[in-house]
Amino acid sequence: MENVAFNNVDWAEIGQATLDTLAMLGGSMILTIALGLPLGVILFLTGKGQMLENRAANGLLSLLVNILRSVPFVILLIVMIPLTVALVGTSLGVAGAIPPLVVGAAPFFARLVETALREVDKGVIEASFAMGAKRRQVVLGALLPEALPGLVAAATVTAVALVSYTAMAGVVGAGGLGDLAIRFGYQRFQTDVMIVTVVLMLVLVQVLQMIGDSVVRKVSHK
Amino acid sequence: MQRSPIHRTFDVIAFEAVSKTYAAAKGPGGHAALSEVSLAVKAGEVFGVIGASGAGKSTLIRLINGLETPTGGKVIVDGDDVAALGVDGLRALRRRVGMIFQHFNLLSGKTVAQNVAFPLKLAGRPAAEVKARTAELLERVGLSAHADKFPAQLSGGQKQRVGIARALATNPKVLLCDEATSALDPETTEQILELISGLNRELGLTIVLITHEMDVVRRVCDRVAVLEAGRVVEEGAVEDVFLHPTSDTARRFVREADGEVSASGVDGRLVRLTFRGEATYKPVLGEVARTTGVDYSILGGRIHRLRETPYGQLTLALTGGDVAAAIAQFQKAGVRVDVLNGEGV
Repeated sequence: MENVAFNNVDWAEIGQATLDTLAMLGGSMILTIALGLPLGVILFLTGKGQMLENRAANGLLSLLVNILRSVPFVILLIVMIPLTVALVGTSLGVAGAIPPLVVGAAPFFARLVETALREVDKGVIEASFAMGAKRRQVVLGALLPEALPGLVAAATVTAVALVSYTAMAGVVGAGGLGDLAIRFGYQRFQTDVMIVTVVLMLVLVQVLQMIGDSVVRKVSHK
Repeated sequence: MQRSPIHRTFDVIAFEAVSKTYAAAKGPGGHAALSEVSLAVKAGEVFGVIGASGAGKSTLIRLINGLETPTGGKVIVDGDDVAALGVDGLRALRRRVGMIFQHFNLLSGKTVAQNVAFPLKLAGRPAAEVKARTAELLERVGLSAHADKFPAQLSGGQKQRVGIARALATNPKVLLCDEATSALDPETTEQILELISGLNRELGLTIVLITHEMDVVRRVCDRVAVLEAGRVVEEGAVEDVFLHPTSDTARRFVREADGEVSASGVDGRLVRLTFRGEATYKPVLGEVARTTGVDYSILGGRIHRLRETPYGQLTLALTGGDVAAAIAQFQKAGVRVDVLNGEGV
């Protein structure tokens, strides 16, 4: 049972891998929100009965989102390699992981944003127009603020999904905890490394969920 | 009820043969929500539109501030043809026309004060003015102590007060009330109607309210239009429509408000007496019975107020004595008599 004594665990390497995972998570999360939020808003606004209703634009965006979401992430990682190299100069390491992570997570987040916006009371939107608001004012001043608890919850779910995506990114040399789990835990049968990385990711997911839930409580006044 | 002479002849809102047809989801045809509706709302009056759900009330009130556009006819508000206004013109009009809603439609993530300030911020008013005006409005609706609460912490009546303060923020000429008391209990309804009436009296605000409750119309409106399947079937002073409804729809609403008399199997001449104003309190009935020798049995009755005017309505069966003389004597005393059976007077 020498494995369980954690003899194989190189704590410095674990520390570095944890930092890499956090870097991938942070970087991809920021870009996912930056791309996914506007995409979700446009998906919502061009939908049926909404203020920018446009069947063609909505259908096209919806199709794009569905295509990206139906590609398994492991495949997306590999398919994306040429594009990733073109974008960031490498397909390896933290930098190389971020483009596929964003492309995988942004459409997912956009759908969640769209759903959160649908939950906003239509009466509030109508009232805003009745008060003489411009469309932009309705979106920024009423729609998004009213959807805030739902948007934060959507970001939390996305962040948790990104943790498991970062682990998969280890397959194509992204580094991080997932990479350690695969190279040492799985390929070299070092069960102790596997346990440590899994526990760390579990803690990470738990912390993200707790932060998300507490922010939702703070911004929700229902 | 007479209004001040300056305003009397000026129509703030005019509907000229307005129709609204919603396109069918598939294929040709569609659903006509309003057909050829013509109405005029005078400055400073409280105008009620009553109708069952689906009669087109909601569409009608939304045509006034351009939330809906007519498919035929013209809606003129404060001198402007609403459909012909551009985006900026429409926004300017909406600042002159406040609106309150059945479900209040407050922003749940904003405090009471922020909700009231919202239309002012949309209009780009300076912060100091927004603050002062918000405080003034909250004072008016009696919510100063709740300025920093969120809507979820308020009662229904308080939420509607926030809605009213918000609708008044930009100093509108017209207030649209979309079933504003339908989600409230009777006591709160009374308070909100009182507040709305007060705004009409004190600010000279023109008010259009839609409702399915005759009681709301009776309490606050000067005039009323009865809507049935997208058409105005009756229109007039509330006293006239309420006491002498001519359409089936209006009769139904009045009956709902008062209960109806069942007169089957009753002997004698059936009459309905309508007392208005001072006549309501005079002992006319006893006098007439004594001098003409008729006996009466009371089948139904009500005594109420229409805004400030007291009125009473009694349904009687008259037997024996000189019925014709009794009827003549009632009429002489200023009581309207409707004979409900047999030949006329």
